[in-house]
Amino acid sequence: MAEALRPYRALLGSRLRAQMAYRRSFAMDAIGSIAVGMFEFAEIYVIFAKVEFLGGLDFAAAALLFALANLGFSLADMVVGHADQLPTYLRAGTLDAFLLRPLPVLTQLITSDIALRRVGRAGMAVVVLAIALPLNDIAWSPAKVGLLVTAISAGVSIFAALFVCAAAVQFWLIEGSEFTNAFTYGGSYASQYPASIFVLPVRVLFTFVIPAAFVGYLPTLVLLDLPGPPGLPSWLGWCGPLMAVVTWGVALIGWRAGIRHYTGAGS
Amino acid sequence: MSHATSFIALFCAHVAMGFRRWSTYRLATAAGAFTNSVFGLIKAYITIGAIGAAGGSLAGYDAATGATYAWLVQALIAPVNIFGWQELALRIRSGDVAVDLARPVDPQLAYLAADLGRAAYSFIPRGAPPLLVGAAVTGLTLPTSPLPYVLGAISVWLAVMLSFACQWLVNLAAFWLLDLRGVRTLYMAVSSVLSGMMVPVHWFPGWLSTVAAWTPGPSLIQAPIDVVTARADGVDALAIMGTQAVWLVAMLAVGQLVFLAGTRKLVVQGG
Amino acid sequence: MSMAIAVAHADSATDAIIDVRSLSRRFTVRSPGGRLRRTKKTVDAVDALTFSMQRGAAIGYIGANGAGKSTTIKMITGILVPSSGSVVTCGLDPVRQRKRLARRIGVVFGQRTQLWWDLPLRESYRTLAAIHRLPGDSWVARRDELIDRLDLASFVDTPVRQLSLGQRIRGEIAAALLHSPELLILDEPTIGLDVLSKERLRVFLAEQRALHGTSLLLTTHDMDDVQRLTERLVVVDHGQMIYDGDLPGLVHRVGAERVMVLDFAAPTPPLEDVPGTRLVHSEPDGMRQRLSFVPGHTTAGAVLASVSARGEVRDLSIEEPDIEDVVRRLYLSTEPYRQ
Repeated sequence: MAEALRPYRALLGSRLRAQMAYRRSFAMDAIGSIAVGMFEFAEIYVIFAKVEFLGGLDFAAAALLFALANLGFSLADMVVGHADQLPTYLRAGTLDAFLLRPLPVLTQLITSDIALRRVGRAGMAVVVLAIALPLNDIAWSPAKVGLLVTAISAGVSIFAALFVCAAAVQFWLIEGSEFTNAFTYGGSYASQYPASIFVLPVRVLFTFVIPAAFVGYLPTLVLLDLPGPPGLPSWLGWCGPLMAVVTWGVALIGWRAGIRHYTGAGS
Repeated sequence: MSHATSFIALFCAHVAMGFRRWSTYRLATAAGAFTNSVFGLIKAYITIGAIGAAGGSLAGYDAATGATYAWLVQALIAPVNIFGWQELALRIRSGDVAVDLARPVDPQLAYLAADLGRAAYSFIPRGAPPLLVGAAVTGLTLPTSPLPYVLGAISVWLAVMLSFACQWLVNLAAFWLLDLRGVRTLYMAVSSVLSGMMVPVHWFPGWLSTVAAWTPGPSLIQAPIDVVTARADGVDALAIMGTQAVWLVAMLAVGQLVFLAGTRKLVVQGG
Repeated sequence: MSMAIAVAHADSATDAIIDVRSLSRRFTVRSPGGRLRRTKKTVDAVDALTFSMQRGAAIGYIGANGAGKSTTIKMITGILVPSSGSVVTCGLDPVRQRKRLARRIGVVFGQRTQLWWDLPLRESYRTLAAIHRLPGDSWVARRDELIDRLDLASFVDTPVRQLSLGQRIRGEIAAALLHSPELLILDEPTIGLDVLSKERLRVFLAEQRALHGTSLLLTTHDMDDVQRLTERLVVVDHGQMIYDGDLPGLVHRVGAERVMVLDFAAPTPPLEDVPGTRLVHSEPDGMRQRLSFVPGHTTAGAVLASVSARGEVRDLSIEEPDIEDVVRRLYLSTEPYRQ
């Protein structure tokens, strides 16, 4: 096992060392990253300065939802966020270099640029989570503790899969790669709000097509013992890991097709 | 030909060049418009949800005008270029900025002209799709008289130029910093809130609206939308545009001074 | 391509390290014509190419820009799937067995870096050793050998982005050789290098071949590379093979001219009637004169003998025919047959 992972340890280690080498840049980036998280939360804060409830959640619950969603996205963004820069990799010939090494291309892509600088945003999300959890009146049980942990890992996993989907699609959409932002960053944006505020078709879109609601909203409903809006029974909150598996399935099929397209085997 | 007319001809040539350059990225434009529209969808329902929770009216917005605000934000993101550009920063880092200095045009004005061309191009293809989607999905509430549109057009152009002037300063940081990513991220995060891009500035709690009022932020997004939707009309609209103009002149002037300082550093240290 | 064909291939050409049969690759090119209408056309980047390379051989793979060299290399290395025909490299199907093949070949694309721009070479090598799962003790010796022979010691701890082109290429070649591949494929390795760096690189590559028996496939624009490093030339044009043989044969076939540059000790009258040559240029004082001749019609020795009779030659050099020129001539000479 240790030997199987040796290449990735080396790749990740060298990436991290390279990023830490430019300390001032790293510090600036980390500050920028914290700011992104802060100002995203500012949007929630501003709204709740004027209203008491949004989509059936109070400020504490909305903060909990925000923290879960933002933690999931920012960790995924840190690990795989660079994948949606695929056209840059294609232009620089980096993908050819990957193909000439005895490792799967996707794992090389993922380990090629872990963005440690984005840790600031994840840290911000952890802080909000730590404040929001005690503010909410949660009837804790072992099951709910388990749910919290699996919800966070499922969230990371879902967004990571969405980034891989985005990368796969970009094999075809070189110039139009920004299309995929609608689903990655758009999914992240949608996941930070209660899905109950959307009209039904949009709610379905951001639950079952882009599984954004599984990251923050649905687990929050379970934690707080709240009923879901029409179309989203709250038991769905337990299904995050399942959605993560499904999303990864789609991502891997798409990635395989993308590589086949790139090497000229497909279409 | 007098100096003034030759200057205008040169400026217009730069505008045309900027327009043509951007018109070649058609697929990228379509992709951007699509993404703006999807975000508009999310933003419109957040806005409607918040207004509904406030009892149907929030700081003067009802559900219809609130949604309209969200869609207009999405339409303005590309022309006003809230996410910024880094061409100048890259040229400073590579030393190519020396070429810009050697040209017989003021670099700031040349870049501004090219940016106006870019904005002119992006106005319809990036602005229309979110508005059309908005009209179809939530409906839009727009004034029926022509005056707000005329004033709104001017206000949008002031916002475009002001956004340029702010980004010009961000880019100039490249004279002193090796890597601008952190600065750009910071600027984007701050400006996206203070401009009213996330939620209307009118919703801000007291302390935050005080902070916003002391920055050019609201002049970028909130101001042109207030004018074009006639939330502010008559003297109010002129006052808003006056504020925009003051910020514009101030930021352009600061940009000139900082550029001068930067090039002096370049000359002294030889890049 | 099925495994069955791959196996059959390996049997039929037992000692071939590269075996290419009727290899073709077509691309569909969209030209952005009018606003709505876009014309599509098919281009044969590689067209029915067949050749086989013996283990331990060195081949210069030559052609003008766009002749199909890079496309061929991409198919040989498993980056690109052939449209038709087959390729077997090291007895493997390059696309299906990409990872196994990657352990056995080394590739350098001169214009594109495979190193990490923000890491020093030493760190890149450590990472590559891990990627290839090289055993902990053996690769260090190999790395030190490469550092020594390629003279990398003075910059092995400098981030790659700060290296000069020549330093970087040497670093790239060491990276490609770290896992001791059987086959080394170099795409334009000397392009943009100064004379000294080119020479150093050639000495190194010749030495590696002699020491380890590494097979070498090289694309280049540089006639000296071909002359010094390979014994066989494959020339392609428009995706088709137009020559397969050695360099003198090629020069002979197209009648390409070499130019002898002569520096005399004293002013010498223009050498207008040396047998088998043509006077290209004479400086007004006649101190330096340039004679062109076609190898096969005469030899450099014979030319020098006749010239020496007319004046004292202080120094001389021979300019080889430009490879683009040879290929152009070859293309012109084969054109009628290709219709």
